[in-house]
Amino acid sequence: MKKIYLDNNATMPVKPEVLEALLPFYREQFGNPSSLHWAGRMVSGAVEKAREQVAALINCSPAEIVFLSCGSEGDNFAIKGTADALKDKGNHIITTSVEHPAVMETCEFLERNGYDVTYLKVDEDGMLNLADLEAAITDKTILISVMWANNETGNIYPIEEIGKIAKKHQVRFHTDAVQAAGKIPVDVQKANVDLAVISGHKLGAPKGVGAIYIRRGTRLTRLMHGGHQERNRRAGTHNVAGIVGMGVACELALQNLEENYTYVRKLRDKLESGIKELVPEIKLNGHPNPDLRLPNTLNISFAYIEGEALLLHFDLKGIAASSGSACTSGSLEPSHVMGAMCVEVILAHSSTRFSLGTDNTAEDIDFVLQELPPIVQRLREMSPLYNRDELTPLSCDECRIIRRI
Amino acid sequence: MYTDKVMDHFSNPRNVGEIENADGVGEVGNASCGDIMKIYLRVEDNVIQDVKFKTFGCGAAIATSSMVTEMAIGKTIDEALVLTNQTVAEALDGLPPAKMHCSNLAADALHEAIKNYKEHNA
Ligand SMILES: Cc1ncc(COP(=O)(O)O)c(C=O)c1O
Repeated sequence: MKKIYLDNNATMPVKPEVLEALLPFYREQFGNPSSLHWAGRMVSGAVEKAREQVAALINCSPAEIVFLSCGSEGDNFAIKGTADALKDKGNHIITTSVEHPAVMETCEFLERNGYDVTYLKVDEDGMLNLADLEAAITDKTILISVMWANNETGNIYPIEEIGKIAKKHQVRFHTDAVQAAGKIPVDVQKANVDLAVISGHKLGAPKGVGAIYIRRGTRLTRLMHGGHQERNRRAGTHNVAGIVGMGVACELALQNLEENYTYVRKLRDKLESGIKELVPEIKLNGHPNPDLRLPNTLNISFAYIEGEALLLHFDLKGIAASSGSACTSGSLEPSHVMGAMCVEVILAHSSTRFSLGTDNTAEDIDFVLQELPPIVQRLREMSPLYNRDELTPLSCDECRIIRRI
Repeated sequence: MYTDKVMDHFSNPRNVGEIENADGVGEVGNASCGDIMKIYLRVEDNVIQDVKFKTFGCGAAIATSSMVTEMAIGKTIDEALVLTNQTVAEALDGLPPAKMHCSNLAADALHEAIKNYKEHNA
């Protein structure tokens, strides 16, 4: 069976050049970079080279990069580390209602520990009102945390403008750039960001490695205590092979940024216009202007049907995508991002994310456009909501949709 | 995640559709949970002759709906009332634990349809 992978925002394959580059670090170059002897010396240079490659992708100095285990660790470190380091200054954090759980649940944890958090609303396109953001700043605000791009909708947030607001009010600014890095230009200096987080497995490196940019002079309480690695900022023996892979992946991403953007954008636009043409009663989730979304991401709701059922049918055809339905989120509620955008609950259950990668081809998209309409039609014909006169019951005591206002 | 039986009933659901002038119709679930099941019955001499369903929901919701129609056809009303969500799940060789609340409602929908039938024929 043909296998078509359209879930690159969840993770993507390790690039062949990356795998090639990292394998020696599982073999002869096995040393611990903190060791003084020949085995350590053999690998410490490789870690520093990777640091330069990562720094180049986001335009900072290598000394401002700290390697981590994943993006989630970076978000935890940035937020908890700031909360503790600046606790004498204030206890207020501003973030958005569409963040990844790594940010959202970290903020909720801090709320239970005496911090105040403002979750900024988004409009129906999933965008922020920057006047609201500025108005939310108080003399107790110690951090603004806004993702560079959203993993579900692909929406790109105006990070440079937020950076200006943060600078004007002298508030620290963290951005979760996990989905943006490698897909669109990420320049932490131009955007006046203090803390930025990226993850290896979202840009062609292996799982289990990430990095945080900590602007020089930014006080951050450490998350991992122990050894003195990473200039005392993060304990733990380096994942050398992962770090080397991340370096190469960042270098490739930087080299091919424009070319890759144009390539996946063309395929995504083809998928988007194809679905709009072939399937009635759908809703695009995210900003209608494709320039304001990541080039690879398309999130669409198909009225009257449920997302997991759709994904299972796709899977039977070899197509891998993902959904914001409650059934796939592992909870009773559909995606909080759809909730924050006030997407109607039935449509939220059917929200389907296609996230493309450079391995996809035009034939892949043709295949999806051939298989998708009959699957949708079949599920619609099975749905009691399709062609129905009276409205559906919308309440349930056991379930509720989270809408943070 | 799903058993072969669930996938079989999901990809080839039995008895999908509606029954015109059904003797009983039952609907359970609601949109916010992401599952709505509607069951239609045709009953003769207290025996369920035909069952059809329409379901909005995930794989488990569709598979349990399909399974309950197969289990109910040919049963008397009293026999059908003995069917539970649990026995439907067992007939599918089990469901993932997370699916037991929301998506395992097919027997409830059947019971609602039977209730509706009894009201009509009281
Ligand atoms: C926006 C965003 N932030 C953070 C993460 C977490 O990254 P990791 O899987 O490396 O912990 C993800 C991954 O899904 C993401 O999409």
